[in-house]
Amino acid sequence: MQPRGVSTALDSSAQDTAAAETVGLVSQGGERDAESAEWIRTLGSTGLVREQALARLHELLLRVARNELHGRGGQHPITGPELDDLAHQAAADALLAITGKLSGFRGESRFTTWAYKFVIFEVSTKLGRHFWRKPTVALEAEDWDRLPDRFGMDPADHTQGRALVDAVHRAVDEHLTERQRQVFIAIVLQGVPLDALVIQLSSNRNAIYKTLFDARGKLRAALAANGYLSMAADTAPVASADEDGGRRS
Amino acid sequence: MTDWPGLERFLATDPNDVGCEQALEILHVYVEAVLDGSPSSAADRYPGVAAHLAACGPCDDDFRGLLRAAEATS
Repeated sequence: MQPRGVSTALDSSAQDTAAAETVGLVSQGGERDAESAEWIRTLGSTGLVREQALARLHELLLRVARNELHGRGGQHPITGPELDDLAHQAAADALLAITGKLSGFRGESRFTTWAYKFVIFEVSTKLGRHFWRKPTVALEAEDWDRLPDRFGMDPADHTQGRALVDAVHRAVDEHLTERQRQVFIAIVLQGVPLDALVIQLSSNRNAIYKTLFDARGKLRAALAANGYLSMAADTAPVASADEDGGRRS
Repeated sequence: MTDWPGLERFLATDPNDVGCEQALEILHVYVEAVLDGSPSSAADRYPGVAAHLAACGPCDDDFRGLLRAAEATS
């Protein structure tokens, strides 16, 4: 038996309307909101109606996960059955998160756009975790000669850039905290993906980004003070209340 | 001054950047603003998110992925 189509939302009951009002969908009107209301009604229902809605949503999430993993193919080596397995894991985990946070849907977008966000995040997290199955970097290694390549400098200019490499190295050693240094070395020198570093440091994306953001500002100021860079850019801190130690939300 | 524009771009920080948490919190809203209007109109409406996506590769990947998924079901 196929899941109920979105058209059934048009004859929704008073109970359905109340559910939709709860998430702010009714006032917006239109078919788009009717579709979202139908998702909320069926996922909040019981028995067969809910099972069918879950199956339909899982199907959509799985499709998005597969497409996303294929779309990010340049960032990972995963193919074939392993890729499909990862897509299934992402879809299943996203479905669980969505059903657990259904009351958090406020109708600010279509329901599917809100729901797809969960599976996109799951794909990112799983790719970050997968990176450490076959790591290609050693976190303890520091190869400063890679710095020019990391910023697209022509190899022919490397000798000329030696002074700048030394200046960046010195600024990292003298101006960054140990945590900022660790994050800078991993991401910039070793090329560890940010989401993989999140897993390695048992942190969250926002906290790692904030750590690197602050490090960038310090390095810019230090290099500018020594005449290597202009100090045109504002370096006000990125908004964040996260401590670098929790999990990604 | 350095001849490394890549390094200069990397070290530049935007004070409007809201960070990953806030950007991801409304990413679905931002994506629909792009779909309903244009990338520039979404950026005008949510400059802090636009600033963040321009600087954070992982969040930009998520944005592009969500945009593709939402477009496919529009």
